[in-house]
Amino acid sequence: MFRKPPDRPDAIEVVVEGVSLRVPPGTTAAAAALLAGLPSTRTSPVTGEPRAPYCLMGVCFECLLVIDGVPSRQGCLVTVRPGMTIRRQEGARSL
Amino acid sequence: MSESFDLVVIGGGPAGLAAATEARALGLSVALVDEQAEPGGQIYRNVERAEAEGRAAPLGDDYRRGLGLVRAFRASGATHFAQHQAWQVERDGRVFVTDGAKSRLLEGRRVLVAVGAMERPVPIPGWTLPGVMGVGAAQILHKSIGVLPDAGVWLAGSGPLLLHFAVEVVEAGGRIAGILDTTRSFAPATVLAHPVAALRGRSYLAKGIGYLARLRMAGVVRHSGVEAVEAHGEARVSKVRWRTGTQWHEAPATGLLLHEGVIPHVHMTQALGCEHAWDEAQQCFRPRTDAFGATSVEAIFVAGDCGGIGGAIVAEGRGRVAALGIAASLGRIAPADRDAKAKPIRDGLAPHEAIRPLLDALYRPAPELLAPADDVVACRCEGVTAGRLREAVSLGCLGPNQAKSFTRCGMGPCQGRLCGPTVTGTIAKALGQSPAQVGSFRIRPPLKPLTLGELATLADLERGG
Amino acid sequence: MNEDGFASGCDVAVVGGGIVGSAIAYGLASRGLKVTVLDEGDRALRAARTNFGLVWVQSKGDGMPAYMRWTRRSADLWPAFAAELESLTGVGTEYRKDGGLVYCLGEADLAAQGRKIAGLAAQADVFDSEMVDRAALERLQPDARFGPDVAGASYCPHDGHCNPLYLLRALHAGLALRGARYRPAAPVSSIERREGRFVLATAQGPLEAGRIVLAAGHGIPRLAEMVGLPAPIKAERGQILVTERLQPFLRLPGSGIRQTGDGTVVIGSSKEKTGFDDRTSVAVGGRMAARAIRILPALASAKLNRTWGGIRVLTPDNHPVYAQSATHPGAFVAICHSGVTLAAVHASEFAAAVAAGSLGESFEPFHARRFDVPKAA
Repeated sequence: MFRKPPDRPDAIEVVVEGVSLRVPPGTTAAAAALLAGLPSTRTSPVTGEPRAPYCLMGVCFECLLVIDGVPSRQGCLVTVRPGMTIRRQEGARSL
Repeated sequence: MSESFDLVVIGGGPAGLAAATEARALGLSVALVDEQAEPGGQIYRNVERAEAEGRAAPLGDDYRRGLGLVRAFRASGATHFAQHQAWQVERDGRVFVTDGAKSRLLEGRRVLVAVGAMERPVPIPGWTLPGVMGVGAAQILHKSIGVLPDAGVWLAGSGPLLLHFAVEVVEAGGRIAGILDTTRSFAPATVLAHPVAALRGRSYLAKGIGYLARLRMAGVVRHSGVEAVEAHGEARVSKVRWRTGTQWHEAPATGLLLHEGVIPHVHMTQALGCEHAWDEAQQCFRPRTDAFGATSVEAIFVAGDCGGIGGAIVAEGRGRVAALGIAASLGRIAPADRDAKAKPIRDGLAPHEAIRPLLDALYRPAPELLAPADDVVACRCEGVTAGRLREAVSLGCLGPNQAKSFTRCGMGPCQGRLCGPTVTGTIAKALGQSPAQVGSFRIRPPLKPLTLGELATLADLERGG
Repeated sequence: MNEDGFASGCDVAVVGGGIVGSAIAYGLASRGLKVTVLDEGDRALRAARTNFGLVWVQSKGDGMPAYMRWTRRSADLWPAFAAELESLTGVGTEYRKDGGLVYCLGEADLAAQGRKIAGLAAQADVFDSEMVDRAALERLQPDARFGPDVAGASYCPHDGHCNPLYLLRALHAGLALRGARYRPAAPVSSIERREGRFVLATAQGPLEAGRIVLAAGHGIPRLAEMVGLPAPIKAERGQILVTERLQPFLRLPGSGIRQTGDGTVVIGSSKEKTGFDDRTSVAVGGRMAARAIRILPALASAKLNRTWGGIRVLTPDNHPVYAQSATHPGAFVAICHSGVTLAAVHASEFAAAVAAGSLGESFEPFHARRFDVPKAA
């Protein structure tokens, strides 16, 4: 859905669903998941349907991701750091 | 544990930045809380970074204006809490913020809510499919990191932001599949019906006409008079369908970007219990304020789009005016001084405010967007359809709060931000009442989720009000 | 919602469409009476929307054996009540009766709770709770990991929980299906008695009724005065915290912590004197969160989605008041803060008594005379 931006020397390496990806500095975790080409980024804990980010500005909460092992984080409000791991959130999280 | 300021500003867009800067110039101690990493809000998203990377100029002068605002803010001496979310704001000016790990308390003698606008939700069949997003979301990706949609993406909806983004893509060398334009009003007729607005805001009109011309020149497919749009697909959107008149059409899609205008983000002012009114022209709720942005709650002021849509320039001006009002309310400047300083700012806003009634009329949302069909999802978080809401009404629910009890709409993570307008609109239509009569969700803290562990660290705080 | 107006009157007007009023009305309508329920608008105190959701027996009725028996009777009836509602309306209440726990933090707390249980046991033979130690507690909650301070709990096999909002919805659906009329936005301004019938002045016009039941929570005192009924009610705020949805891990409800059918964990509740201010306090929320984390440390990383406050409808001894008016025959009042637990008996035995026209001896202990309230009927 989105064209990958050209690579650049100061690109940041993150790991999305186990796959390494280089993204521009300033990319949010939600944006990184989109750039990784994931068809969806979570499943709804209510309906089980696949979902993905909608607003990218902190309002819709569709971008809930597991970031560096911590679930239920709004990916659109987290700026990537080198080595960040980003995973889908499947349904309701467990404690 | 707590820090005190004369003024706590919540929101890092033009209103918040201008207010913080002006308040500092008036000698107030100021904190600015912004959930984004970089100041600029959405309209000037990542403007400093874009400038440093040479991407700001192509995004246009309107966008680059944000640079001056951000730089002035950085130099103002305000305390900047970036990437902090305000999860509780109390009527006496206490603001609880979290950085994701730790909470702190900021005590303002005054609080300025400048949290801006959000895109109106566009509840169409299939809108919860992955790959359906707001046009604003795509614009955020472009502004912040220069990413463009691919050629399989459709835009659907109505409004200046949609056309502006399409032009932005084209100017950046990108392509989109096409535009499905749902604008309903006949433009020349609407313009003629608002002659004063059209005249005083003619630069906005010229811009809009220019967008359409530019898109035509670039060969962007644009279908106008679109009356219905649907997203289809299995695990994500793969096809878009639309209707003009009685004729349905369809096309493959790798994504669908929706836009039907922006509305004030009133979540925080509603949580504070500020009085709100239904704005019939803009089809939204907005907080009641005086000319300086003072709300019905003494310590709480509002500026920018969250008080009523006016756009970036108006937001900036109103931010400055709010700072003047706040300073006067704290006795730091005399009312005469405040008024003298506010006048030229207000005068400068006049042409930008003048166009608003025309834009509101031109881009008024279709009734189906406020009260969608039964099988369309109204509450995305909890998967509640408009039909379930109508069922709740038939059981005697008169408003969103009872509907929430019965259907769970508004109980998910977004706490009613995205479904609020649809829930109110659907119930209003079912009851034959106005949205003002039906009302809106009772908003409760936390305004943003925080962990129980973080809340537990505040167990020793004195009880606030 | 019914189209016909008030013109035809009703057998019983129930003032209050919360859990107490709805359960009573449902019971009356199920017995063939013509019932109209009068309720307020979308924004009202509505204790019915702020419940924790326990169907709770243990620790009820200290000092009042009749209430202990009443509560136990309701819990015994609840399974059939829930099944009947679901079969009639299609709305499930998520009721489960797996027993319930009152957690004890530290040995002193455990000992104190043990003494309390013994004290209650001595008051009535229906009492049926026992103390469980840490090991037994862990067997009762196999997927939960308790904090080091958790010494044990008191356990009662008759305790359970439900979704109180679904209960209200089921009751409203049941009311409609049983032919009762529900009128929202119809607050009552006055009640008169004319020629042996009651005339209620409401915002939607006057309503005539043969009998009335005041079940309007904090709206009761003003109306009770008009019909010679006692209404010794005080307000107390309780706050509740709700987390995001979580994978199931907590089988049994506990005092102050339970996991709902949606997977959210609900944490309650405080006791505060705030008048009718139903907002929330950060410090109180913090203390509640801290206690929950002491009991289940893993909750520290759970996200809090929402908090709310509810104003409890309390009598001087916190036990229910049921009464009928001597000066205005046919006027009844039902005051309690355990509307969820008592829904089953409200829909059956209390409704049957109102239908019969008189509360009878078994309700004597619940009269407000026990407080020596000056205005008692």
